[in-house]
Amino acid sequence: MSLSLETMLQLSIILPLLATIGIVVTGRNPNLREAVTIATSLVLLYFVISLYQGLQQGESISVHWWELLPGLNVSFSIEPLGMLFALIAGFLWLITTIYAIGYMRSHEEQNQTRFYTCFAVAISSVMGIAFADNLFTLFIFYEVLTLSTYPLVTHAGTEKAKQGGRIYLGILISTSIAFFLLAVISTWFVAGTLDFKPGGVFESNVNKTVAGAILVLFIFGIGKAAIMPFHRWLPAAMVAPTPVSALLHAVAVVKAGVFTVLKVCVFIFGIDLLAILPSTQFLLYLAGASIILASLVAMRQDNLKARLAYSTVSQLGYITLGALLASQSGVLGSAMHIATHAFGKITLFFCAGAILVAAHKSNISEMRGLGRQMPITMVAFLIASLSIIGVPPTGGTWSKWYLLMGTIETEQLILMATLILSSLLNIAYLLPIPFHAFFSGDKTDTYSGGIKEAPLPSLIAICVTTVGCLILFIYPQPLYDLSNAILSK
Amino acid sequence: MLVHLPILQVIVPLMAAPLCLFLSKPRLVWLFALIVSGLSFLISSLLLEQVMTSGTIVYELGGWEAPWGIEYRIDQLNAFLLLIISAISTVVLFAANTSISKEIPENKHTIFYILYLLSLASMLGIVATGDAFNVFVFLEISSLSAYALIALGEDRRALWASFQYLIMGTIGATFILIGIGLMYQMTGTLNMEDLSKRLPEVEQTRTVFTAFAFVIVGVCLKLAMFPLHLWLPNAYAYAPSIVTAFFAATATKVAVYLLIRFTFSVFDLSFSFTHLPLQLLFVVLGLVGIFVASTAAIYQTNIKLLFAYSSIAQIGYMLVGYSMTSVAGLTATLLHMFNHALIKGALFLALAAVVYRIGSAQLSQFQGLGRQMPITMAAIVIGGLSLIGVPLTVGFVSKWYLVMAVIQNGWWPLAVLILLGSLLAVVYVWRIVETAYFKPALASSETIKEAPLSFLIPIWTLVLANIYFGIDTRLSVQVAQAASQSLFGVSP
Repeated sequence: MSLSLETMLQLSIILPLLATIGIVVTGRNPNLREAVTIATSLVLLYFVISLYQGLQQGESISVHWWELLPGLNVSFSIEPLGMLFALIAGFLWLITTIYAIGYMRSHEEQNQTRFYTCFAVAISSVMGIAFADNLFTLFIFYEVLTLSTYPLVTHAGTEKAKQGGRIYLGILISTSIAFFLLAVISTWFVAGTLDFKPGGVFESNVNKTVAGAILVLFIFGIGKAAIMPFHRWLPAAMVAPTPVSALLHAVAVVKAGVFTVLKVCVFIFGIDLLAILPSTQFLLYLAGASIILASLVAMRQDNLKARLAYSTVSQLGYITLGALLASQSGVLGSAMHIATHAFGKITLFFCAGAILVAAHKSNISEMRGLGRQMPITMVAFLIASLSIIGVPPTGGTWSKWYLLMGTIETEQLILMATLILSSLLNIAYLLPIPFHAFFSGDKTDTYSGGIKEAPLPSLIAICVTTVGCLILFIYPQPLYDLSNAILSK
Repeated sequence: MLVHLPILQVIVPLMAAPLCLFLSKPRLVWLFALIVSGLSFLISSLLLEQVMTSGTIVYELGGWEAPWGIEYRIDQLNAFLLLIISAISTVVLFAANTSISKEIPENKHTIFYILYLLSLASMLGIVATGDAFNVFVFLEISSLSAYALIALGEDRRALWASFQYLIMGTIGATFILIGIGLMYQMTGTLNMEDLSKRLPEVEQTRTVFTAFAFVIVGVCLKLAMFPLHLWLPNAYAYAPSIVTAFFAATATKVAVYLLIRFTFSVFDLSFSFTHLPLQLLFVVLGLVGIFVASTAAIYQTNIKLLFAYSSIAQIGYMLVGYSMTSVAGLTATLLHMFNHALIKGALFLALAAVVYRIGSAQLSQFQGLGRQMPITMAAIVIGGLSLIGVPLTVGFVSKWYLVMAVIQNGWWPLAVLILLGSLLAVVYVWRIVETAYFKPALASSETIKEAPLSFLIPIWTLVLANIYFGIDTRLSVQVAQAASQSLFGVSP
């Protein structure tokens, strides 16, 4: 194929949308429907990788769609951070689809066509967010992502799903309209542009109080980054089927949030301005508090998915914190953490879903001895946990390394202590699960009936992401280069 | 022919109304009315085109020179309004035949169309004319036809709602008449253009202040500004569904137009806003209206009432934009008039379809409709999202401009309050969504089918317009901006 890079960029947003038509048309025939999804995600991945290669060769790729309001364009371009996000989302969409086929069928979920349709729309908006050339475009796709994931969260259609969906939509829409939109409009008013520019868009003599207030609006408004006290939607959204939780709440939605935070910090404020704003310090402590508190709450959860959800809240705090540190290492660590946490957390969610499907267990207290029945799943769980904690031989090591470096560089000793304490807490709430699965429980108890793993597609997906965690440790160079290029460009 | 467009705009539907009596079958009358409304739409498009290219059109009735004769004066502002009214009227009328077949007895169908055309003609008249007394005449025609249209509702409470509106409407109209009378007494003219020249000479007199106060209060009654809104909810809720769709999208817009016309063109800006604390008054009442009416909407169990309260809240937004007294603020208001017409037209038309199928607008009856009437419910969801102001819908465009205008004036807390107020819309829209999609269908409603095409086509025309004008904003923004600039006397 000899498509130009510009065409590929547009197609990576449009293609998943077009796929929805195929998914709906083939809805009667599940095999065909899933084939459409997989084919689409393969092509999408091809596009994203081609774009990546184009970026490597130093090509500048940008597309202008149309002017929505005078001066406000819907346009796209590619820079390292967005590329990183698109690569992760594009790759993990494929893996999640494979996983979902196993999960959804063996769980006999209803309305699977709607499920795959909304999934495709969500991916399309993630690509829109990743490649957005300005804050306005990003905001549009941010809202589309919220709305397209609502039917996924409430998939079960039960009273509990409705409640969860209410909190999900309530918090995300409220914060985005009341704070995020206001921040966007204020930026437009103060700076006169919403384009992402290296070094930021504000004049150097901008009123620091106003800019500081806008920063607070951004951090609170980007509800998807789940900074406390606006984190409640994340645990609430766990009523969704596991593949949704896995992709959307370990990768797409939450990462769209922290990606936006990072993008705003680097390309709207610029790290030089960010470092001297009066509100930055307050927000740093808020992120630190979010990290610790969410870890503490996670320890008290017996439901596995709920524990993982709070763990996500805590880990998202790392990325926000890294962005707000306003230093080279901080941004580097944040960007890398987007990738390493994505692989780690999606593996954990995959495992949680596998346990639910194969052993019908969702509470941690019931998982003692489970390792005998599901050894592969539990080994994967162990490796992914190590990645979240940040110890070798897993990818999480590197991102936490640079985040710690960032706190030291900027002499934020309290925050450094916070990060270390949090890693200890991670150990406390994650490692006991695989540990008990292998070493406790009676030989004669419920799990002694031989090996019974999740369906093969799901198991393959788990293995792929687990290997991903390991590869990110052994061969982090591409990730490092891409993350390092964010500030240098 | 093109020269006579301003008068044709009004006279075509006005003359067509009695002609309906000569047609025997209600179906024929419907077709006739539809054609007439379509013609008005065509005329108003031509007018807008003309005004945008060559400026204000002045048309003297019967060749009598103003101020002795009546003059029609079409500038960007009223050309824009004419387009909104005639467009909505045509789209709504498309569904009328099906909708009223269940709500109004067959022998009253002809009457219905006559009243509808009269109502259309008079609204167009109010907007097109450049003569203050002519405004009052059309206002009366409009009110009288509205009372009768509302009273046609099948629910007996429609009579009571109509009576309530009659009382309040008459007070409003009387106030306006008194105001116009006082102005005539002071200046000896009824022509708006002429009035605007002569009023400054006498503007420090108590009589002129009194005239101004009467006109403003009268107009505010008509536009259902909080706390003068009491007639509106019941009138909307118990009128035939088609009438509600038509009025919700147009009637209050006409009153907002009058407010703008009187304060910006007849009286000048400095009089309206410096001698009287109008700005503060409208900002506060607008804001209170947004919050009170939105909160009231949340607690309604009848969806028609719910959206009626939401309409009152939306008027609050228009008033806030209006009272910014800046080009940006007025642009926001005009944009929102256009956008809100599309939103409420779509929503009330979709409600009409639901009422057609299930015979009720009670929220509890909406259970399971997400499955039974998926296309109609999807329209309500998109309309609702537009009402909330989600990007890529017209609601977002309005909100963007309004908040920008408020920030431009430096009223930061107001910007926050406006956005918070719009969150209330999320609550009342989502109550409908949850009922329709999450509750199982009622046993009695298992046989409900999707609405017929005669509903779906106009509904989706409006819904797609909601999206189209949310993406391609050139037409609406350009016209609104041009109208606003010309009112402020700023050359573009």
